[in-house]
Amino acid sequence: MRKITSKIYIAVVFIFLYAPIFVLIANSFNESKSRTVWTGFTFDWYSKLFHNEVILKSLLNTLIVAAVASIISTILGTAAAIGIYNMKKITRALVINITYIPIMNSEMVTGVSLMLLFVALNIDLGFMTLIFAHITFCVPYVILNVLPKLRQMNRSLYDAALDLGCNPLQAFRHVVIPEIMPGIVSGFLMSLTYSIDDFVISYFTHGSTSQTLPITIYSMTRRKVSPEVNALSAIIFIVVLAILLIMNLTDIKRSSAKKRAKGVRAE
Amino acid sequence: MDKNKIIELKNITKEYEGEQVLRGINLDIHDKEFVTLLGPSGCGKTTTLRIVGGFITPDSGDVFFGGKRVNDLPPYKRPVNTVFQKYALFPHLNVYENVAFGLRLKKTPESEVARRVGEMLELVDLKGFDRRSVNQLSGGQQQRIAIARALINNPKVLLLDEPLGALDLKLRKEMQIELKKIQQRMEITFIYVTHDQEEALTMSDTVVVMRDGTIQQIGTPQDIYNEPVNAFVADFIGESNILPGIMHRDYLVEFAGNNFECVDSGFDPMESVDVVIRPEDIRLVPASDEVLNGVVENVQFKGVHYEIIVRAYSDIWVIHSTKAPEVGSVVGITLTPEDIHIMKKSDVKRLSYLKNESTIEEGNDIEQEI
Repeated sequence: MRKITSKIYIAVVFIFLYAPIFVLIANSFNESKSRTVWTGFTFDWYSKLFHNEVILKSLLNTLIVAAVASIISTILGTAAAIGIYNMKKITRALVINITYIPIMNSEMVTGVSLMLLFVALNIDLGFMTLIFAHITFCVPYVILNVLPKLRQMNRSLYDAALDLGCNPLQAFRHVVIPEIMPGIVSGFLMSLTYSIDDFVISYFTHGSTSQTLPITIYSMTRRKVSPEVNALSAIIFIVVLAILLIMNLTDIKRSSAKKRAKGVRAE
Repeated sequence: MDKNKIIELKNITKEYEGEQVLRGINLDIHDKEFVTLLGPSGCGKTTTLRIVGGFITPDSGDVFFGGKRVNDLPPYKRPVNTVFQKYALFPHLNVYENVAFGLRLKKTPESEVARRVGEMLELVDLKGFDRRSVNQLSGGQQQRIAIARALINNPKVLLLDEPLGALDLKLRKEMQIELKKIQQRMEITFIYVTHDQEEALTMSDTVVVMRDGTIQQIGTPQDIYNEPVNAFVADFIGESNILPGIMHRDYLVEFAGNNFECVDSGFDPMESVDVVIRPEDIRLVPASDEVLNGVVENVQFKGVHYEIIVRAYSDIWVIHSTKAPEVGSVVGITLTPEDIHIMKKSDVKRLSYLKNESTIEEGNDIEQEI
């Protein structure tokens, strides 16, 4: 009895979570413009989507901003993590907490305050400000992904590299960076997804020529929800799902490889 | 200057967060010598090694390599290599690339890299392991790779920081012999850090006993064992009975309620001293009025001998003997003058505590943190 109840409970939770998305995906194939009547299967909305200049332009904007912001955040975040790792205890705790603030902070506040800052500094809102804004909220994610990898690393690896003839820079390149690579990669992927996804902060910091996809979708739905939006949302959902799957699969692979290695040693 | 002196430490001091870790270390290390820094955890042995390696700069004092001051020379410019406590192999590289690491940095041609890596793997008895991942190796194998990776750079001096600490007893014994062989075949200097006195006695040409950031005694394993300079060394190297005594005059000492003849002299009349007696030097005889008598409190079989605890004249004696008396029986204790070592009073109350701690910790030295 308990088993059945718990199964039903799980089913209900998943229905609540995923039903809206399946309705959306289904609707993206619906011939009718209405959301309530099913008149037949069609790819029309997808082909219309790929002919919609505004949407394509904002998709390109989104991808450019996401790519540039995540690359810069990954470099900055990794360097910051290494710096934090080498700090004294108290300063380290302090800096880590400061790092958390952009994540905990309401996006609304971050967005408005960034906008005010840019206006105060007399910087025109546009691509630049958008990228700056995205970097500010991506860097903490990179730091939080890289720091644990540094902590897991055997501290004498760096000493060993110096001992074998590396100068500090070479030691980083040949030993530290490969060691923390998994953290860097997941930090980068996280930045990428958060940046593609972001609406609130982008809304306050974009210019007229630098609309990102979420903003375009928002303005489209203000008039009425076009089925093109359904199609687009379906694509975004599938892409994000794919990235998540890849991340998890590589994680599983890595940990099972480690387990296998341990098994061999135990024999 | 001594011609084959290759490393000199002069008056080295080092302080960490208000704690004096080294208090004036003076040490000469010679070519092709196997030197062991021995002491309980926290005695400064690892710090001394890291100063030689260049990972730590001393607060004061100088480090000389071949007569040249190298205080500020970074590790990657020093002609020494290190075998780290927990191997510190690079997990993202396979065995071959780990060993080849130093040569690759020097842009050595590929054919020479292959030849030298082959030689090194043969030296450490791991031929054919080239393509293995280092995570697949056992502790002993990882240890050998760490040695090969260090030796391929042809260092003049190899530094080893408790390299056998993580291995089990049998493997440790094998590796001790192996290491000594490698050192003799390569004809280079080894500086070896350990808290295991047996390891130190087995392998070393010279043992340096350290305590609380100072050197207690430098000598051959035989010197250190047979002629310890103080009760600390005596107790740390092997087991000892340390009894309070009074030196009546040269060659006559009083302890355990009796006067004994001894071979030591040069103390003040009636000076308080430590009397050190090795458990294996004591002979048990039937109890009589002629000798010191005591009650057997405990007998334990240790393999080669029995460890017998005897209470005599309010002192506890540890005695090693191949024959086991009954617990509760009364036995006599006899000593020859050569068995009695008289030492200046020193603070040895913490000794047995220190000794236990260093064996339990198994290389998890606090010094590592620094």
